Amino acid sequence: MKYAYFLGCITPNRYPGIEAATKKVLKAFGVEVVEMEGASCCPAPGVFGSFDLRTWLPIAARNLCIAEELGCDIITTCNGCYGSLQEANHLLKHDARLRERVNEILKSIGKEFQGTIEVKHVIEILYDEVGLEEIKKAVKKPLEGVNVAVHYGCHFLKPSEVRGHGSPETPTLLDELVEVTGAKSTEYKDKLMCCGAGGGVRARNLETALKFTMQKIENALNAGADCIVHPCAFCHLQFDRGQLEIKEKFGVEFSMPVLFYTQLLGLALGFDEKELGLDLQYVKMPEKLLK
Amino acid sequence: MGAAERSKLLDEILELGDEIFGSGVVDTIRECLQCGRCTGSCPSGRITALRTRKVFLMSLLDMRERLLSSDELWQCTTCYTCYERCPRKVKTTDIIRIIRNIAVREGYMADAHRRVAALVIKTGHAVPIDEATKEQRRKLGLDEVPPTTQRHEAALKELQEIVKKTGFDKLVGFDWAKMDIVT
Repeated sequence: MKYAYFLGCITPNRYPGIEAATKKVLKAFGVEVVEMEGASCCPAPGVFGSFDLRTWLPIAARNLCIAEELGCDIITTCNGCYGSLQEANHLLKHDARLRERVNEILKSIGKEFQGTIEVKHVIEILYDEVGLEEIKKAVKKPLEGVNVAVHYGCHFLKPSEVRGHGSPETPTLLDELVEVTGAKSTEYKDKLMCCGAGGGVRARNLETALKFTMQKIENALNAGADCIVHPCAFCHLQFDRGQLEIKEKFGVEFSMPVLFYTQLLGLALGFDEKELGLDLQYVKMPEKLLK
Repeated sequence: MGAAERSKLLDEILELGDEIFGSGVVDTIRECLQCGRCTGSCPSGRITALRTRKVFLMSLLDMRERLLSSDELWQCTTCYTCYERCPRKVKTTDIIRIIRNIAVREGYMADAHRRVAALVIKTGHAVPIDEATKEQRRKLGLDEVPPTTQRHEAALKELQEIVKKTGFDKLVGFDWAKMDIVT
């Protein structure tokens, strides 16, 4: 198994712990990743897609071309990148006229979209290709007694007709992946609600975005969660950095640890918090997770 | 609505929407019967003035300027909850993005968004690397600068070529001499 790792923006440029944890965890299961030299922002589907879809599409297509040249399917660690690249790939594969138009633009930079690869999420690789049984066998430090508020993030599940993970109202794959580490996935109010960051809202209306985030954190706390676990670098930024911004804007202080799934799995596999970049985050990890 | 009163904004939505998403996608806006399930499902609508069904009604009624200049149009996080739940299968989130594209063309783009656009043109990233993160990457045993457009000048030039070709630079008011947006 070999994949082209599409880094995006937030993972490498703000939360490199997600990148380090993902590379370590995949290596532990024999999944090889190669770098996508010269890749750019995906670009963000709700942000760039809201500005100008005519520009969003060729920039996304250029990124897809880099993976096509490598001959590898893409894996992502951000729901935004996943959504953007998968949507662009889908549109270009299914609409010859659109593909022609985009290839006309790409021609000037010596690239051509061929439609030879798929766009996947690291969660899919772990669930479908590595599998729960293999992961369970590899767990060295079961995270017993840890209550997790699972947050899926919107673009991991939706639009469901393109994502193909079943009903977006009743997902279980991330809960199953969390529970295989020995932790417990806790039900909480509005579990499937958005973190608030998407669609350009974080950049334009930060207070609106943070009000979403506050609701999610309060609901997770009320359900007795010890941490939030998710599959998205942008949600990660919104939940972790967001707690600092909530304190500054609203004077409300939380201390809710936030982990990308491969960081949680990394702990269960026996990596220490420094190797996973967890010590670098705004909200520090509690003893319960590190023992 | 009779043919003579057909919404001009609806025509613009259909034209751009069909180009990007193919026919029959944004056209679903005509199936909206104002049931309000989108509004009831909307997490943003709980805390903002965004009323999703009103966005579609204003489009159908050709309330062009009022809709395109509204702040509510930009309170949607594109969470797709309404998209999944619409009983008439209206492709809500696609339609909202198309209306926003039209708003941007009309000059209704927040400076905060123009700054994000400028960062992508300048660096290839909406969130570029900073010194603190370089230090963190070093600690984690990763290359200090990731192998993206941030490390490959030729790759960044390719992205900039695309932006010039589509006219995105002009759309957001990017000045190549200053390498920034003009405010």
